[in-house]
Amino acid sequence: MGKTLLGNVLAGVAGSAMLLAVYMVFIYVPTDSAQGIVQRVFYFHVPIAIMTFVAFGVVAVASAMFLWRGTRAWDRLAHSSGEVGMVFCTLVLVTGPIWAKPIWGTWWTWDARLTTTLILWLIYAGYLMMRNVTASGEQGARYAAILGIVGVIDIPIINRSVYWWRTIHPAVLVTREGGSGLSDPRMQATLGVCFAAFFLLFLWLLFVRNENARLQDALEDIRQRVLARG
Amino acid sequence: MENLNFLFAAYTAVWVLLFVYILVLSRRNRSLEKDIEELRAMLQRR
Repeated sequence: MGKTLLGNVLAGVAGSAMLLAVYMVFIYVPTDSAQGIVQRVFYFHVPIAIMTFVAFGVVAVASAMFLWRGTRAWDRLAHSSGEVGMVFCTLVLVTGPIWAKPIWGTWWTWDARLTTTLILWLIYAGYLMMRNVTASGEQGARYAAILGIVGVIDIPIINRSVYWWRTIHPAVLVTREGGSGLSDPRMQATLGVCFAAFFLLFLWLLFVRNENARLQDALEDIRQRVLARG
Repeated sequence: MENLNFLFAAYTAVWVLLFVYILVLSRRNRSLEKDIEELRAMLQRR
């Protein structure tokens, strides 16, 4: 009952924050003078990207704990966060090109930020598939944990790519010159609310997915007990 | 308004993918809970 209440509270809070975020994106925030109305994709695209990094960061930490302690709960958390992270990473790779087409004139370019983000998607797609290609679940979990830890190295590369290389992808939150790319306080407030909304959404999705993994393990345990009884 | 269709496409993609994922998760959870209950009942009968 406690878990259901927590899930419902998280869902309610995330939903409310998301409604506020949508209001601010479509009604409150002023239109960007350079890019026009399509710039509003930014207010979802950036928080979704940050939550992708958070999700895969959780994968790395939980994977390390699983390798150290060996408890299933850590592996369930890592696996769950990996799946949620893949949803967010896919959204980044979908919303980015949709925004890029009218602004850059192309859906895709092999720019450093875009390429390293695609690599991140491929790494964690491999992480999720790893469990299905090994003979035993335990072995698959261990191999996946190693990949989950190593793969996170791509995240600071993605973050620094717009400063290290000449890229078409802008550096908005902190510009190459060092200042903020958002001059209007309403834009900053809208981005802040969107960050909060997506963080709450991430927490709720992680909670639900982790519960799913826990139930899967419980089902397997009960199946074994039924089979043992004959 | 110029490029409104791209804005609409981006937000539609976000909501559709999130909604589909949430639907998949909740169906999976319900199915697992049902299977667990059935097996528990089977265990109790034996």
